[in-house]
Amino acid sequence: MQHHVVLRVVAKILIPFILLFALYVQFHGDYGPGGGFQAGVLFAAGIILYAIIFGLDTSRKVVPMAVARWGIALGLLLYALTGVAGLLLGGNYLNYSVLGATQQSGQHIGILVIEFGVGLTVASVMLTVFYAFAGKGR
Amino acid sequence: MAVAIVRLRSLFAVVMLSGIYSLIAAAIFVQLDAVDVAFTEAAVGAGISTVLMLGTLALTTNHEKIPHYTPYLPLVLVVLTGAALFYGTLDMPYFGDPNAPIHQHVAPHYLELSPQEIGIKNIVTNILASYRGYDTLGEVTVIFTAGVGVLALLGGRRRKRQRSEDMDKSVGGGMF
Repeated sequence: MQHHVVLRVVAKILIPFILLFALYVQFHGDYGPGGGFQAGVLFAAGIILYAIIFGLDTSRKVVPMAVARWGIALGLLLYALTGVAGLLLGGNYLNYSVLGATQQSGQHIGILVIEFGVGLTVASVMLTVFYAFAGKGR
Repeated sequence: MAVAIVRLRSLFAVVMLSGIYSLIAAAIFVQLDAVDVAFTEAAVGAGISTVLMLGTLALTTNHEKIPHYTPYLPLVLVVLTGAALFYGTLDMPYFGDPNAPIHQHVAPHYLELSPQEIGIKNIVTNILASYRGYDTLGEVTVIFTAGVGVLALLGGRRRKRQRSEDMDKSVGGGMF
């Protein structure tokens, strides 16, 4: 798809907005619809679009496969360790109330962190799966 | 559309149709006020899975082989199961019925107390991330496992490189 000028230009304009919208969905999920899962998928979709238009090698320079592989594990670890942090601070596993000064702020911090973990894992898995499929075809 | 998906032999058209099907399903979810679910359906069903299916088609083939068995026994089984499921829905409460058991159990607690207990305006987020934190952790673990599984099956880059190096050695020279 390297020589489709219209596709390249449109994708170049759209991709920043897709990534920005993914971040919005990620961190605004407390107030509007959305959350880590949808944000992760959107973020991966933006990079997959980039890979389809500009080629797999270029997108591997932007987000290397190793980064995506580490992201898979790090996101899940972040989620699980948030639960452990609650445990260490004297609450139950995955009870975020003890993370902050008040119950509400603790819940807020906990949800923000675990949603980020979810988003990281989902985006990395989607990207890894895409890389694995697309890389095999060559 | 589902019938067309079953009847068509061109897998490219099937992938496109199932993407459109997901998009319509997302529109239905919006109609039912389930915006979060619609979001996921549109992103995953219509977006990512279509791309992955196309990737799979690029790896395999574009046309489905004509099966060499008669499809009547599976058809009867599927129709029977579907009829049983429909029969089961007859006992269910009507859609939107406020007296349905699902609205009497923990839902009122979530709706009334989550602003004080958690203080985040999107109640779906509250339930998924806090009240049902274990479930969401399990879901993320499922996705993690899926990613690791795909890596184990398809991600063998290192082995491939080794093999090509071996081949280079056996041929007696590199690419350059």
